[in-house]
Amino acid sequence: MVEPKLKEHVINRNWCKGCGICVYFCPKKVLELDAGDKVVAKRPEDCLCCKLCEFRCPDLAIEIITDQESE
Amino acid sequence: MAIKDYIRERFFPHIWCPGCGHGMVLNGLLRAIEKIGLDKNEIVMVSGIGCSARISGYVDFHTLHSIHGRALSFATGIKMSRPELKLIVPMGDGDALAIGGNHFIHAARRNMDMTAIIINNRIYGMTGGQHSPLSGYGTMSATSPYSNIDNDFDVVELSVAAGASFVGRTTTYHTKQMTDILGQAIIHKGFSVVEIMSQCPTYFGRKNRLGSAIDMLEGFRKNTTPIGSKAKQKDPDLIERGIFVRKKMPEYCDEYDKIIKRAMKGN
Ligand SMILES: Cc1ncc(C[n+]2csc(CCOP(=O)(O)OP(=O)(O)O)c2C)c(N)n1
Ligand code: SF4
Repeated sequence: MVEPKLKEHVINRNWCKGCGICVYFCPKKVLELDAGDKVVAKRPEDCLCCKLCEFRCPDLAIEIITDQESE
Repeated sequence: MAIKDYIRERFFPHIWCPGCGHGMVLNGLLRAIEKIGLDKNEIVMVSGIGCSARISGYVDFHTLHSIHGRALSFATGIKMSRPELKLIVPMGDGDALAIGGNHFIHAARRNMDMTAIIINNRIYGMTGGQHSPLSGYGTMSATSPYSNIDNDFDVVELSVAAGASFVGRTTTYHTKQMTDILGQAIIHKGFSVVEIMSQCPTYFGRKNRLGSAIDMLEGFRKNTTPIGSKAKQKDPDLIERGIFVRKKMPEYCDEYDKIIKRAMKGN
């Protein structure tokens, strides 16, 4: 299987409550909370597309779009 | 994300506190439903009262937000009249096993085809952190300020003893296992119980000095182990995760149909 390649992190700033769960559990430390306590993808180039952030987000506020996602 | 097709986006952001496990259960449940490929119109979600029970407002299935402790009773009525529908009943530990305890054991005993999800955060979140039958000895809560002297239930043992034909346990940390067990529970024909150990950082976490939601999730990782693991033999205090019971048993609606047929013949 070909490794998926990141297209983008889609972050819903209105839904994010800044709990920091995605930031803490990201194995590559791609994510950070900004001054307004909303998640941002600081180092997207390091993303493994494991989607652990997407699966754990209590607010359904982060989504990993890869080149393998069908529209 | 296809799971967005299963929610009522107009009600988001949801009401749960930052880091609350209820949102993680919603996330895992939507993925389970997407994975097993159910249509929204095949599903009825019935909930009672509690922070956890608010989940039924956010999903775009047939939904019923009923009364405290009686979600399974409402679900029973729906299933009896529309047995072709898939019933999913998420409940808080208080909703399911304090006020709803009697309904719960008898629903399990009947083996009607539905999935009971017990989101166990060990406290009454909605009403301000009173202890529940799952808080356990020695825990702190608004109603046990000098520490709780009530022992807790073991949800898995209770469900097995009451006769549930599918019994599983996982935690909000173990998202992939959560999705997997929920999917299997929904597919199983009979009464399925899935206990999901979950975090209420606002009350259980704060009162018991367990730190943030993240610290509580780390706790689930450290304090649990797959069923039958070596780690469990070394440390009997670890809580086992996985599927404990899955057995084929006569299902209530099927049996009821047989009774109708028998009675019609008698005429
Ligand atoms: C008949 C009745 N009794 C009591 C209440 C008050 N009440 C509302 S929610 C709740 C307990 C909630 O705890 P739980 O079911 O564990 O869910 P959580 O809020 O922790 O998700 C209680 C006692 C009620 N609404 N109805
Ligand atoms: S009070 Fe507890 S259970 Fe209720 S939303 Fe907040 S964290 Fe969740």
